[in-house]
Amino acid sequence: MSKFAAASFLPSICALVLAPLLPGVINRTKAIVAGRRGPPLLQPYRDLVKCLRRGALYGEVTSWVFRLGPVANLAALLAALLVMPLGGIAAALSFKGDLIVLVGLLAVGRFTTVLAALDTGSSFEGMGASREVHFAVLAEPALLLALATLARASGALSLTAIYGALTPSLWVAVSPSLALVAMTLLVLELVENSRIPVDDPTTHLELTMIHEVMVLDHSGPDFAFIQYAAALKLWLIGTLLVGLAVPLRGTWWVCLPAILLGMAAFGAVIGMIESAMARYRLVRVPQFIVGAATLSVVAFIVILA
Amino acid sequence: MQPLLNTIQAVGLLTCFALLATSRIGACIRWLSFQGILLGLVPLLLHADGLDLRAVLLSSGNIALKGIAFPWLLLRLRARADFSREVEPFVGYIASILFGILALCLSVWLALKMKPALGRAPFEMLDASILLILVGLFLIISRRKALMQVIGYLVLENGIFLFGVVAVVRTPLLVELGVLLDAFVGVFVMGIAIFHINREFGSMDVDRLTALRG
Amino acid sequence: MPELLAALVLLATGALAAVALRGRFDLCQIAGQSGAVAGSLLGLSGAVRVLVTARPESLVAPWPMPGGSLHLELDALAAFFLLPVFGLSLAAAIYGRAYLAGPDGKSGAAGCWFHMSLLTIGMALVVVAHDGLLFLLAWEIMALSPFFLVIFDDRKAAVRHAAWTYLAAAHIGTAFLVALFVVLGGVAGNSDFDAYAPALRAHPELCSIAFLLALFGFGSKAGIVPAHVWLPEAHPVAPSHASALMSGAMIKVGIYGLVRLLTMLGIPASWWGWLLIAVGASSGILGVLFALAQHDLKRLLAYHSVENIGIILIGIGAGVLGLATGIVPLAVIGFAAGLLHVLNHSIFKGLLFLGAGAVQRAAHTLDLEELGGLLKRMPWTSASFLIGAAAIVGLPPLNGFVSEFLLFYAGFAAVLQPGAAIAAAGLVSIVVMGLISGLAAACFAKAFGIVFLGAPRSREAADAHEVHRPMIAAMAMLALLCIAIGLAAPLAVAALSPVLAAATGLSPAAVRGQLAIAAGPLAGSIAVFVIAVAAAGLIWLWRRRSLLRAGIRRGPVWGCGYLFPTARMQYTASSFAQPLTTQFRLFVRNREALKPPHGYFPRSASYASDSGDPVLRLLFVPTFRWFDRMAARLNVIQHGHTHIYVLYVAATLVALLIWASL
Repeated sequence: MSKFAAASFLPSICALVLAPLLPGVINRTKAIVAGRRGPPLLQPYRDLVKCLRRGALYGEVTSWVFRLGPVANLAALLAALLVMPLGGIAAALSFKGDLIVLVGLLAVGRFTTVLAALDTGSSFEGMGASREVHFAVLAEPALLLALATLARASGALSLTAIYGALTPSLWVAVSPSLALVAMTLLVLELVENSRIPVDDPTTHLELTMIHEVMVLDHSGPDFAFIQYAAALKLWLIGTLLVGLAVPLRGTWWVCLPAILLGMAAFGAVIGMIESAMARYRLVRVPQFIVGAATLSVVAFIVILA
Repeated sequence: MQPLLNTIQAVGLLTCFALLATSRIGACIRWLSFQGILLGLVPLLLHADGLDLRAVLLSSGNIALKGIAFPWLLLRLRARADFSREVEPFVGYIASILFGILALCLSVWLALKMKPALGRAPFEMLDASILLILVGLFLIISRRKALMQVIGYLVLENGIFLFGVVAVVRTPLLVELGVLLDAFVGVFVMGIAIFHINREFGSMDVDRLTALRG
Repeated sequence: MPELLAALVLLATGALAAVALRGRFDLCQIAGQSGAVAGSLLGLSGAVRVLVTARPESLVAPWPMPGGSLHLELDALAAFFLLPVFGLSLAAAIYGRAYLAGPDGKSGAAGCWFHMSLLTIGMALVVVAHDGLLFLLAWEIMALSPFFLVIFDDRKAAVRHAAWTYLAAAHIGTAFLVALFVVLGGVAGNSDFDAYAPALRAHPELCSIAFLLALFGFGSKAGIVPAHVWLPEAHPVAPSHASALMSGAMIKVGIYGLVRLLTMLGIPASWWGWLLIAVGASSGILGVLFALAQHDLKRLLAYHSVENIGIILIGIGAGVLGLATGIVPLAVIGFAAGLLHVLNHSIFKGLLFLGAGAVQRAAHTLDLEELGGLLKRMPWTSASFLIGAAAIVGLPPLNGFVSEFLLFYAGFAAVLQPGAAIAAAGLVSIVVMGLISGLAAACFAKAFGIVFLGAPRSREAADAHEVHRPMIAAMAMLALLCIAIGLAAPLAVAALSPVLAAATGLSPAAVRGQLAIAAGPLAGSIAVFVIAVAAAGLIWLWRRRSLLRAGIRRGPVWGCGYLFPTARMQYTASSFAQPLTTQFRLFVRNREALKPPHGYFPRSASYASDSGDPVLRLLFVPTFRWFDRMAARLNVIQHGHTHIYVLYVAATLVALLIWASL
């Protein structure tokens, strides 16, 4: 059933080129809300280039697992881009069940990152790894629930087909359910990418961080890979949401500007959320994720009934 | 009107989950108020084709009492007895949410079973009403604070109201108003009771009532 | 069939020779190993031939057997289950010789070889038996020989206790099976498997009873919750290659029994499917949760067997639901997922147990809190263990992902069905599988991370070195199989079609058609993974090039400004799992004893957690105590005087005579 549409590398190329822009938009929004000028939009690109040029510093006990982690994580996300459509624009590869592959690849990225963190032998990175797997345990079923509800609503089994079927008329038919799934996906975007209110990447205390504390000891090109992979993941889960929220379908030159505008607006929304909310206590985070998953369960039952 | 009713139903279901997951009493009261207003709109929408006085009366009465008056009373009571703003559940929040999911499945199933008996009633609202009743009971059972039990009672009452509206299309007005009055008296009595419990025991913890045993 | 018989003879010869030569340690080892290796290879070749030709072979021995017949039949289903039996027997035999040459292995080597071979023979006989009585006899051989493997190190009280637990659990399960075959034989009039199906068609009311008896009987062997309690007791104390064989193959024979019985019961009822999914979901989730709380590597692996049996049962449950409702895709994909996971789990679980044995040989402990940093000291073991861990977690592109992909695929296909009940079942299995795989990832991140990464936490771990080559070879063989099945997934799934036709009773053409539909997505996903691996290679090269230019330095890791970190300050297994065990404390019920430090200059502080099995503690111990008390009441008739006992016999005899003449 795999269909190789050579003309349709557009979603992957957009992600590869534009993904680091998304954190830039978020940071800029936060700065503006706080009354600062903020870093330039292209700052994430500059950071990547700077890290790529630098040498690396490795902990004394680390082994090849530590060095493999960032590479495998980035490779998994790059492969995931192949099955990810951009709104109505078909992905490069699509086949029934490619959403399972997406979830599997995200799991690979997480597993290797966690192992790389444990390889340092530092208690801080162990702590970050422990928290990461804790939240992932709850986030993975939530993502699957959201995808299952979308599959049921659209009657399709591949991401491209699902997002192709998310038309305005489908929105009219099952609007409450789709809105609920969108809320789940928004929460997942915050959880999976360690944004406020789940995690605060800008805090200066290692004890309070989750994802950032896992990668404390990576440096140089490894750190660039990690940053780029993080931007790709932000983009990937963002397109899941924006593709749902912007149900404009048609030829690509109509869809593309709409969806890219949507992504920019989405970055601004995350920036606003980060500015307006405080970080949850750690014990509240599981509740936040389970609550989000519940929204998708309700959505599924509403479609079913 | 069907899409609007669908949305009200979905949002109504969500208010139940919000009540189950919220840890602050004040937020719970606001959710309750929102739920009251939302459900108050249902009679109006059901009879949108021919707007009759009865539906208007019912809606406005419901919104005024459950959307505005009771929440205001409860907020005032909370402000008076200001000890702890936490709900203090016996059953944790995640477990409560999971209970909500189970209750939702049960109510959908029950509604499916009841549907043939009810004929032309809008069936989606039926599961929401059963869920409201179950969640109301659960809140009464699983929360420590007396105020939360009033809230649970009102959620239960909302469920009965919704069930009445959708299941029995031609209820005599008197019955519905009677239910409202019932709720009013109930809340009034409980409010006084809570005030006294609070003054006597220095807390709104219903567990303390065991001290009344001889 | 001829290969199989020859294989059984070879295994038996090797076993007896090992016992006969028990005084000469080297000869005994050679005899045991060569018998097991040759027998397993022959058995494998016979099974593969039947799988390829898809033509069942049967044999009825002319010797009479009281109450039954020596009827053996090797169809595709049986041949498929022979793969883990002989495959793991082979790996265990290659591994076992070097393992038994270790310090505590010498005294029991002959017994170990004997009982390992006997266990293999028992399992193979169970799988090919086509007669109720023969099946029960073989089952008993299979149930008894592990007892002697578990009690290998019988000087320790804990080991004897574990063996007793195993024996009790095995026989409670057998009791259900005896009841099952009594019921079946009662309606059929004889004990041949061929007679059961028509008899049950005449008595459809018995089908549900037979199904429930089989679920409990076979389930207790397979290790479903709550009958799983023997697994975490028995596996840690048995020699590691015996654990591998038991966990990889023996518990699968329980699954075989269930599937074989389902083929006799005709069209299943849909509630069977629901029950199987529910049992599978609870075993899966509870198994992995209990595993998370463990500090002992082999106990942890044993609980993961419970989890994986749950996954297998979810797949079979989905398949049964598909058969019951007539949805062919669901039936075929569900069974395919369940059965493929049987094979996959036997490979990676065998690998992981062999890896745990290597760790035990090298570091003389399995306590996670004492290990660490073994990756640099045991590179080959570590790499194989990592592959096994990634496979069991279901990470692509390894074999665990293939069966989990099929299971998710069946779930998503069910979600799209118009019927609300089927869609709900699909959603439930998707969510449960998501939760299980997330928890399993957490658990193996812990197991691999704590044992192999970081710095050693004890002197023993620091002094560890790589194990002997044959042990590495056995592990590497299984690790390569994990990769091969993962990359050749469409072929592996297509090869299952005769097995699935035998298991579901659907026509081979229909099964092939459904599998061909599922093979497309599998091929697509493998394309994605190949691209991912290629991308990883390119990124790795780029990284090497840029680092060659800019240089690498080594230094201490960031310790929040603290300058003198020691290995004891690393995150431990307990602390890694603590957020999750606390989250699910409702089920895990760890008992913790914390003595926190006090004052400005604290002297001592301690923390201990006991992750004893809550099912054992809260269900079985009270029940057995109750039985004990009840049995103690019967003590009043025990006097110790022989003539009183003769009086009992006489009284019974007289009572029976009177009853008979009434």
